[in-house]
Amino acid sequence: MDLLDKLAILADAAKYDASCASSGTEKRNSLSGGIGSTEGMGICHAYAPDGRCISLLKILLTNACVYECLYCINRRSSNVQRARFTVAEVVQLTLGFYRRNCIEGLFLSSGIIRSPDYTMEQLVEVARVLREDHGFRGYIHLKTIPDASPELMAAAGRHADRLSINVELPSQAGLDAFAPEKSLPDIRRSMARMRLRIDAAKDRGAPRFAPAGQSTQVIVGADASNDREILAMSTNLYASYGLKRVYYSAFSPIPDANSALPPRAAPLLREHRLYQADWLLRFYGFADHELATGVDGNMPLDMDPKLAWALANRAEFPMDVNTAPREQLLRVPGLGVKSVDRILIARRHRRLRLDDLSRLRLSLGKVTPFLITADHTPRLSDSQLLSASLPRLKSQQMSLFA
Amino acid sequence: MAGIVLEHEVDWKGFRTAARALVSAEIPPADIVWSVCAEDDLFGAVTSLPPPTLELRLPRALVTLAETVIQAHAPARFALLYRLIWRTAQGERYLLEQITDPDVDRARRLAQSVRRDTHKMRAFLRFREVTTDGATSHVAWFEPQHYIVEANADFFVRCFAGMTWSILTPYRSAHWDGTALSFTAGASPKDVPDDDHLAEYWQVYFSAIFNPARLKIGAMLSEMPRKYWKNLPEAAAIPELIASAAARTQAMIDTPTLSPPRPTKRSHRPLPLPDQSSLAEARAEATQCRRCPLWASATQIVFGEGPTDAAIMLIGEQAGDQEDLAGRPFIGPAGQLLDRALQEAGLDRRQLYVTNAVKHFKFTPRGKRRLHQSPDASEIAACRWWLDIERANVAPAVTVLLGGSAGRAVLGRPVAVLRERGRPMPLPTEQRPQGVALLTVHPSFLLRLPDESAKIREYAAFVADLRTAATLVNNRSAAT
Repeated sequence: MDLLDKLAILADAAKYDASCASSGTEKRNSLSGGIGSTEGMGICHAYAPDGRCISLLKILLTNACVYECLYCINRRSSNVQRARFTVAEVVQLTLGFYRRNCIEGLFLSSGIIRSPDYTMEQLVEVARVLREDHGFRGYIHLKTIPDASPELMAAAGRHADRLSINVELPSQAGLDAFAPEKSLPDIRRSMARMRLRIDAAKDRGAPRFAPAGQSTQVIVGADASNDREILAMSTNLYASYGLKRVYYSAFSPIPDANSALPPRAAPLLREHRLYQADWLLRFYGFADHELATGVDGNMPLDMDPKLAWALANRAEFPMDVNTAPREQLLRVPGLGVKSVDRILIARRHRRLRLDDLSRLRLSLGKVTPFLITADHTPRLSDSQLLSASLPRLKSQQMSLFA
Repeated sequence: MAGIVLEHEVDWKGFRTAARALVSAEIPPADIVWSVCAEDDLFGAVTSLPPPTLELRLPRALVTLAETVIQAHAPARFALLYRLIWRTAQGERYLLEQITDPDVDRARRLAQSVRRDTHKMRAFLRFREVTTDGATSHVAWFEPQHYIVEANADFFVRCFAGMTWSILTPYRSAHWDGTALSFTAGASPKDVPDDDHLAEYWQVYFSAIFNPARLKIGAMLSEMPRKYWKNLPEAAAIPELIASAAARTQAMIDTPTLSPPRPTKRSHRPLPLPDQSSLAEARAEATQCRRCPLWASATQIVFGEGPTDAAIMLIGEQAGDQEDLAGRPFIGPAGQLLDRALQEAGLDRRQLYVTNAVKHFKFTPRGKRRLHQSPDASEIAACRWWLDIERANVAPAVTVLLGGSAGRAVLGRPVAVLRERGRPMPLPTEQRPQGVALLTVHPSFLLRLPDESAKIREYAAFVADLRTAATLVNNRSAAT
């Protein structure tokens, strides 16, 4: 099998991992030798027609795997064609693409072959060769294998910017049904160990360990978990292990799918709502129990979670854009973190009016039902608010009877 | 009317010098015509200005904004920037904070557009590898919207310092020979060699990483508009990927394979424990504990540790944040304080058995932190199961109860720590391990004390209690 065929197979095998970030690591450049740089902000070098950014060369070292995770294209019983890169091949592709400015670095994962330690050793070796033999200063994200030895973990953290372990499903019950070899407690213990190492590396003189932190991914829509359970899990993981990101990946049909899985289109809108909710948790001061309050434990699909919260909490509105504190303005549908900060600067110098809001590049149709300005006071029966919410509520009701 | 001619499109130095002189000569914005000299018009009509008589101090934020805005492909940008400088010099000190002011708004929009263009250049520029006479160099063709090549060149140097490269654009080209940067006139796409051999690999990668089951063309276009496609080798694959996506997805949905025989599952159910179970067995069993709901949000159970024949057992309240992460008791801030106090009391922690009344961490998540919550009576009662096994196996002469939860767990009643502390108490007779209990404060109580004198006083009392425990052990071993 030639390298081009291997690349096709092992990129195809890697595409179900949503993580793509190349940001948040230490600053490096190649002025003193080697190749590559990282400057804080990640760069997305291309976008595929699935809307996902291509920032890192995302491949598996091998798609052979001893595990039988039913949702996974690479599971033991899958009839997919198998391939395996050598360490040198991955290094060659990474450097070749990097020199052409196609990528920011490498995201390397692998099926489990022989043993967790053996697999991890191969991943670490790729990172070591890139860093030590070629002076590679770009970004490296390694998938880590729970149960790998402490020495291998230390080496992985020394070379990689980010490490990750996927929880895959939010509950042990889900894992029991779909990924019987995986154990949530094992995964969480691995995350805990990584957090301790990442925290320890912040002390001066401590050995380097994954300066861009750790992340994880959860598959949405393969098992029966609802949004409330997923958001509670994310809240717990952010607080417990200081994760940089939880990625949500709508379960999408795979070639050679197992018949135990839902054979339907990926719930992309649900995935989108979860990302929105995740942002509300991390940057807008929302708590998980304020979102996903529906009887089925899910968020409405036909409006964003912030609007849903606002409509359920009408007593909080309207808010005076000239006096409301930052944490309250963050709860107004249509106001993002940046626009709230711009409002706070602008209102130091004048009482804001509607035309000020449009100069702040806000969508007046979205925000005016919720905001009082110097020249505007919405009423509870404001037709704008009704028109903003009614069509959505109506379509939601219809879907109940569909 | 003053005519100012700048040397080139991003002549920041010339603009700044002129702006200083103009402000100093009190020439208002409306009286100035700005232009950039054409290639064939190096000595256009330039108004000569007297050297500035006063030092013009501009806010740092305005300089940063101007350095970005001057790169914008907008002829009016010089006049706009001079207006901002003029108004600042006229006393509008917080001008840039007036973000709804039309001049400020316009400048911010231009800066944002320049930043976006800069970002897209870093993202979508593609080098091609060229080998001439055995030497390898890299050449790229890019069509920026703004005049960003000069300001962006350093970025590519930092990234590709070890390579030799040229970036060609319609208005200006940058060259790096491995040691120095130089700029030449604009170029044409014909000056860039054909795709090199890795372009095919990159197309294959791009096609393979695309998931046809999640077609989102709008999301792609908003970040990678069509205008960039012609210089991206991978973009040639896009139409076919889109056209075949629906059929590929349907084929995957239509042809599921049957489940293979299910592999055996891990067992998570705890086995019933014999009364006399050994500590090692209990420790292993406890990893599966579901006796109260706390396991669900915690990382792991934090079982006690220490020699099974320890004369002293220390019982704390519950595992904390660090203990939950590491799986060991008393290693966080309270544990470090405890270690210090033990040492002062003449006790060696390695000879003690250290555990907690509640072995899972109870907390409320708050952002990136976990706020400790005290366990309630039902959780303490549920966890008694493990504590009793530890106590039965270790059978310590003295059991030191650190705080109210430990007191409640062992004595079976609410305790008043500050009133009952420091004196040996007989253990309830139905409890098998004989010996005495000694109640004292939990070390985290010492950490929470606000004022320094109370801290010192309470710490001394805590050490004194630990000394009492040591004395009790010595007396007992002397008596036997």
